[in-house]
Amino acid sequence: MSRLIGEPLPRVDAPLKVTGRATYAAEHRLPDLAHAVIISAAVGKGRILEIDSRRALGEPGVLAVISHLNTARLPYRPHKGWIDPTVGERLHVLQDDFVRHWGQPVAVVVAETLEQAEHASHLVGIRYEAEAPSFTVPDGESIEPQGGYPANYSRGDADQALATAEHRVDCTYLIPRENHNPIEPHATIAQWDGQRLTVWDKTQFPTNVAEELAAVFGLERANVHLICPFVGGAFGTSLRTWPHTTLAALAARHVGRPVKLVLTRKQMYFGTGYRPETWQRVRLGAHSTGELTALKHEGIAETSRYEHYIEGLLNAPRFMYSCPHVTTSYRLVPQDVHTPTYMRAPGAASGMFALECAMDELAHELRIDPVELRLRNEPKIDESRNVPFSSRSLVQCLRTGAERIRWHRRRAEPGALREGHWLVGLGVASATYHTLRNTASARVRLRPDGTAVIETAAADMGPGTYTSLTQIACDELGLPPEKVQVVIGDSNLPRVPPHGGSQTLSSVGSAVLAACLAARSARQERAHSGAIAGSEIVATETSQPGDATKRYSMHAFGAVFAEVMVDVDLGIVRLAHMVGVYAAGRIVNPRLAHSQAIGGMVGGVGMALLEETHIDRRDGRITNANLAEYLVPTNADIPVFDAVFLDEHDPHVNPLGVKGIGELSYVGVAAAIANAVFNATGKRIRDLPITLEKLL
Amino acid sequence: MMPFAFQRATALADAFAAAANRGRYVAGGTTLVDLMREGVETPERLVDINALPLHEIRLRPDHLEIGALARMAQVAANADVMRLYPAISQALLLSASAQLRNMASMGGNLLQRTRCPYFRDVTSACNKREPGSGCPARDGVNRLHAILGTSEHCVATHASDVAVALVALDASVRIASPEGERRIPLEQFYRVPGDTPHIEHVLRPGELIVAIEVPAGPHTEQSTYVKVRDRQSYEFAVTSAAVALAVDDGRILDARVAAGGVATVPWRMRHVEAALIGQPLSASTFRAAARLSVEGAVPLTFNAFKIELLPRTLVRALETLETLAVPAL
Ligand SMILES: Cc1cc2nc3c(=O)[nH]c(=O)nc-3n(C[C@H](O)[C@H](O)[C@H](O)COP(=O)(O)OP(=O)(O)OC[C@H]3O[C@@H](n4cnc5c(N)ncnc54)[C@H](O)[C@@H]3O)c2cc1C
Repeated sequence: MSRLIGEPLPRVDAPLKVTGRATYAAEHRLPDLAHAVIISAAVGKGRILEIDSRRALGEPGVLAVISHLNTARLPYRPHKGWIDPTVGERLHVLQDDFVRHWGQPVAVVVAETLEQAEHASHLVGIRYEAEAPSFTVPDGESIEPQGGYPANYSRGDADQALATAEHRVDCTYLIPRENHNPIEPHATIAQWDGQRLTVWDKTQFPTNVAEELAAVFGLERANVHLICPFVGGAFGTSLRTWPHTTLAALAARHVGRPVKLVLTRKQMYFGTGYRPETWQRVRLGAHSTGELTALKHEGIAETSRYEHYIEGLLNAPRFMYSCPHVTTSYRLVPQDVHTPTYMRAPGAASGMFALECAMDELAHELRIDPVELRLRNEPKIDESRNVPFSSRSLVQCLRTGAERIRWHRRRAEPGALREGHWLVGLGVASATYHTLRNTASARVRLRPDGTAVIETAAADMGPGTYTSLTQIACDELGLPPEKVQVVIGDSNLPRVPPHGGSQTLSSVGSAVLAACLAARSARQERAHSGAIAGSEIVATETSQPGDATKRYSMHAFGAVFAEVMVDVDLGIVRLAHMVGVYAAGRIVNPRLAHSQAIGGMVGGVGMALLEETHIDRRDGRITNANLAEYLVPTNADIPVFDAVFLDEHDPHVNPLGVKGIGELSYVGVAAAIANAVFNATGKRIRDLPITLEKLL
Repeated sequence: MMPFAFQRATALADAFAAAANRGRYVAGGTTLVDLMREGVETPERLVDINALPLHEIRLRPDHLEIGALARMAQVAANADVMRLYPAISQALLLSASAQLRNMASMGGNLLQRTRCPYFRDVTSACNKREPGSGCPARDGVNRLHAILGTSEHCVATHASDVAVALVALDASVRIASPEGERRIPLEQFYRVPGDTPHIEHVLRPGELIVAIEVPAGPHTEQSTYVKVRDRQSYEFAVTSAAVALAVDDGRILDARVAAGGVATVPWRMRHVEAALIGQPLSASTFRAAARLSVEGAVPLTFNAFKIELLPRTLVRALETLETLAVPAL
């Protein structure tokens, strides 16, 4: 009786967004609002010797210059949000004179207007005792990460198997630091009312903001209220609660007025996280018929000195292909930087770049077609856990993609296809991303007027959560979309996991489903009992994953095919075509899924060809902290992409049968492009991005 | 941003008077306002010159006249410019973004300042911004920096695309002041950094660019602009070339060559032109001439590839013209 699930319902929030009525964090109007501007450290490491605020304070409109010199020590009660690194402690802002990374907030100027605050921020004189920060990935002293993804994994004996392998490849891959760069900047408005704090803050995790602020300021959790109905893109950058949120609340308390604090684009490169720089070495051993005999994958990533950020860099190599002897080792190198964080397809995007390029190198070495090589190594089960996959359609994805890009045109010999001064190449890579589900709650109100309200503390950074939850509720309640209102982005609503890891639909969607079922039976009961209609029916349900994750390995899979053109003289790489074929369980809304898929693919193009945060290693300064010089793809760089979802039925993952798609589509793109560049030119570019000088 | 006074000038005399009172001209404001927000530029008074009658593009018998306030988009789409001076139109269309081109003036474009990140960051040393403070770009992040016209004090690239096309085509700027007008070839307008990188051109305080003049000639119609960059839109040049050729019977009668993205000022290459003139139109002519373009180039840590890329860029531009010059039968 499903009517809306599976339909391409347009975004229910689209009219609000396109008419400018969707209010983002910085857009809430409050009376008596003051404006705060952060002063960022201009050394990469060291101590603050002096902060001279006299000139700034003499300027019209300036209310305060807040630094460690004139602010109270904050309680900073222990708090580990779901998304905080298990090892280490968050940066405590304005609590001492230490500078731990370039751009660390060292003072906040508050004024009547933004312009006054900006101007005064230039007049604050700060003297530092600077030290040289260290940047030592990959060779610096490394640590074994604790508390999550394993530092070491092995099955069989990879070293031995490599030593005796008929064929081997051994390659090293480098990925630079990348920044998320959503269009909406981080922004916070904070307002105090005695011991009660209300914040309008850009976030993917509403309850965590409230919990963290309660911990930082030593407040009752119930006294902190976070409101964030809309998020203008995030890609993971708004999962954690960063220092500026605390600073806005601190400033508001300091001046006794509500305060707005918006990060500048430049500050978004210092105050919030980023995809860490990684070094990876992949060694593969194989029979001449293509079967893998050994896989050894090492990864080293940067982290800060105060927190150990870890991600699933080496998850995929353990289950992606059938291979008896596998070793992975994951290390962190602490540097004088701020803590990295989850960026779309964290770990998977980087790890699969290395693995999928290495598979292409092996295919070339063995003279086996790269699609065929993957088919020959298709595992029957997840060999790392000895459990079956809940569903796995990689083979179908590879076959469908090969057909759609007309893979038969590809020549095994690099450089064989040429059109004018363009060398043409085709490349393939597999994609995978884990299917997460965590405990989530939702409330449904059936109103006497026949409408329904769905309430849950989820967020919608762009994938379409408002819309997909509407579809689920409509089908369960038998209502048209106009009669269902979804309310999210508020820390007082029922708890859900963070809006990241592609788990919102599987977790929150399952909770909404359960709450709707409960509301429906309450309605039936009431009808049977003949109770007076007219009052609201409220049902709150919490939906938990069962033990299916113990019995099954749950991942979504896909295949990416890229066709590139490389200018034979100038080294310029242009994308001619790209096909992404994905199997991710049930697709609740094909329009939104398609939009997610092409968005992820565009992100992958950036990773492959353009994105790199430039760090001057002498002092830690980031030299391209703006949208003119940190390059992301423009429309002109992107041809029409062919993104398709195959039918896949998975009864095990969650009651809806959905898998995450937001991150899956980012994975494999960089490898497919790098492999296509090799096919076009015969040049292996193992360090991203693939800029033209590497191909001259 | 520092507080500043703002006024509009409706006649040249107002503009000069305001400039004499420590005023700074603003046209589109697309780069000046940016730099003010970064604290790099700190004018006390802005003089909005957009009401001055300097917006016209006129085709004169022996030259093209482009008013200093003509917008980049307007010049790029002008039919005479497209037909008779294609390199100018192309250089503009390959610049910035559509929004910026609608707003930005030609005069402002010529006076835009370098994109060197150390210049644009007031927490950094920079000899251009603070003479004597040092040049961190020499050993820093310098992939996009210059290999020609540099000095130990400055290696910043001149960022304008259209200035490269204009320098190639022998353009002059007409400059007005209360004392009257003067005309300076654009090539002599810019100054290489030497030991005074803070002095970028010969404009005196208060002088106003009123127009750009580009002479007519048999070569201008056969001109083109090639820009090499990492993405296909909205990026400054990694390398670029403006070339123009007059060809007769397969032989090069006259040539104009300038390069961008590689030098501290728009870089005219007369030695490359000399190597083209009189030669047959051929790939080997192009390659031999283009090789001369990097004579004397000084590479830095991350930009040595430009020594390879620049000649190839010139060859590509010359090849583009060759296809035009020899219509396919
Ligand atoms: C993100 C970005 C990308 C860009 N990409 C490119 C690119 O790829 N290629 C390219 O060539 N350019 C590029 N630009 C630069 C752009 O072309 C310039 O910003 C623009 O041309 C400046 O014109 P304007 O009228 O806005 O100048 P303004 O900002 O108004 O003024 C610039 C300077 O010129 C002075 N001035 C202006 N008019 C006169 C006059 N008539 N007489 C005397 N002085 C005057 C002002 O005092 C000021 O010092 C880019 C700019 C941005 C912001």
